[in-house]
Amino acid sequence: MPQRDSVGYTILVASVLCVVCSLAVSAAAVALRPYQEQNKILDRQRNILDAAGLAMGEFGRSAPELSKEQIDELYSRVSEKLVDLETGEYVTDMDPKEYDPREAAKKPETSVEITDPQFDIGVPKRETIARVYFVKKPGSDAIQQVVLPVYGKGLWSTLYGYLALKNDLETIEGLTFYEHAETPGLGGEVDNTKWKAQWVGLALYNDEGDPAAEVAKGAAPEDSEHAVDGLSGATITSRGVTNLVRYWAGPNGYGPFLEQLSKEISGEATLAEPERNIDSGVEQYDIDNAGEKEPVGE
Amino acid sequence: MAKSNVSKVLFGPIFDNNPIALQILGICSALAVTTSINVSVVMSVAVIAVVAFSSAAVSAIRHYIPTSIRIIVQMTVIASLVIVVDQVLKAFLYDISKQLSVFVGLIITNCIVMGRAEGFAMKNGVWMSFLDGIGNGLGYGMVLLFVAFFRELFGSGSLFGYELLKLSRDGGWYNPNNLMLLPPSAFFIIGILIWVIRLNKPEQIEES
Repeated sequence: MPQRDSVGYTILVASVLCVVCSLAVSAAAVALRPYQEQNKILDRQRNILDAAGLAMGEFGRSAPELSKEQIDELYSRVSEKLVDLETGEYVTDMDPKEYDPREAAKKPETSVEITDPQFDIGVPKRETIARVYFVKKPGSDAIQQVVLPVYGKGLWSTLYGYLALKNDLETIEGLTFYEHAETPGLGGEVDNTKWKAQWVGLALYNDEGDPAAEVAKGAAPEDSEHAVDGLSGATITSRGVTNLVRYWAGPNGYGPFLEQLSKEISGEATLAEPERNIDSGVEQYDIDNAGEKEPVGE
Repeated sequence: MAKSNVSKVLFGPIFDNNPIALQILGICSALAVTTSINVSVVMSVAVIAVVAFSSAAVSAIRHYIPTSIRIIVQMTVIASLVIVVDQVLKAFLYDISKQLSVFVGLIITNCIVMGRAEGFAMKNGVWMSFLDGIGNGLGYGMVLLFVAFFRELFGSGSLFGYELLKLSRDGGWYNPNNLMLLPPSAFFIIGILIWVIRLNKPEQIEES
């Protein structure tokens, strides 16, 4: 190699190396993308099933331990819809499967700034359109649960999770976080199944219709229907969870949507048309008072 | 001669010349990914793969690399391999790759990889470099597993995710040591490991 350190040779080696390396990287990325997408979807489905308590209820095991077939079977009872958070109405001109709420929260045209002095979730912006999930009763179209994606800041990280509500829309059926980086053993105990089980059956709202569910400081009062035990050594994570649950349940979060939905559910009950699905019902509702901050449910 | 050389290259880094315990390289990720054994195993395999293949690749092209850009060439090879490994983990071991998060990407900055490429692969043949990479990866992995064993056992009361010590918060008797779940505990364990190794191999003790 006589001119191994000449400028021309150096540039040649650098270019060849770059081409070879980039080919290898892009080949791997393209070849593996289908598997990765599948994993992502499966992971999301598992978390939704876990939040709704379906995996435990049907198979007696948490969703990460179920096989793909079992997940598919359970998930066939779940439907996805997009909701405009401000009006509470469904958005029908987009495909819920293609929609990425996290991307939307980053772009200025599909997000709004969060200005909620009452419950600070520590995140500057949220998406305008959210993806919500309906769990139906086996073999029917009647809504059994609704699962709402929620997120907010803990101590180190933003916690992303799902809040499952019973079809009265005021009883919590589960709260699961699928992504966070809180301290393991302290704030990371939001993943503890014993702690998560305390959420089941709590009342989300107080008598005035304001969001009241909370993580208590220390042990939850015996007679409380709104509080779970605090996470010891994780004051800020606990506070973050309280704030994010209350924010998303409140008028700036899913409030308008839950109000619409409660009408839909009570309408369904009186009309009792078994063949009608949710899509066809949407247009009938009166949306004039969508902005009012009435208590959801009765 | 060649045979003893192979075993020296392959197994030397596990105790005699351990990259973490003797050379004190790659400490950062050893602190971060050792809270559970499963995660440590995957991280070790990922590092072994990256060191072995990057050493082999760098060794294969060592006669063509201009000395002026050799570091950046090694970096490019290592970075490409790390991205490939990250993609593979995301495709086939999604749960664990979520737990490892950025630390797979940070293998790029793991001094062991770079150190072996510059220190060994640039001067030796492809096969030897490959073995040297595996050996150093194993040395790294061994320390990771050692640390993770104690951190998972005393921090979470379990091994490989199976509960061994019933935790007091679940109604058992064992009150977990939360320090074990935090990165600094790995410093103590690595320190104790280095002490034990040097007790048995006094030649590793540095002149002070």
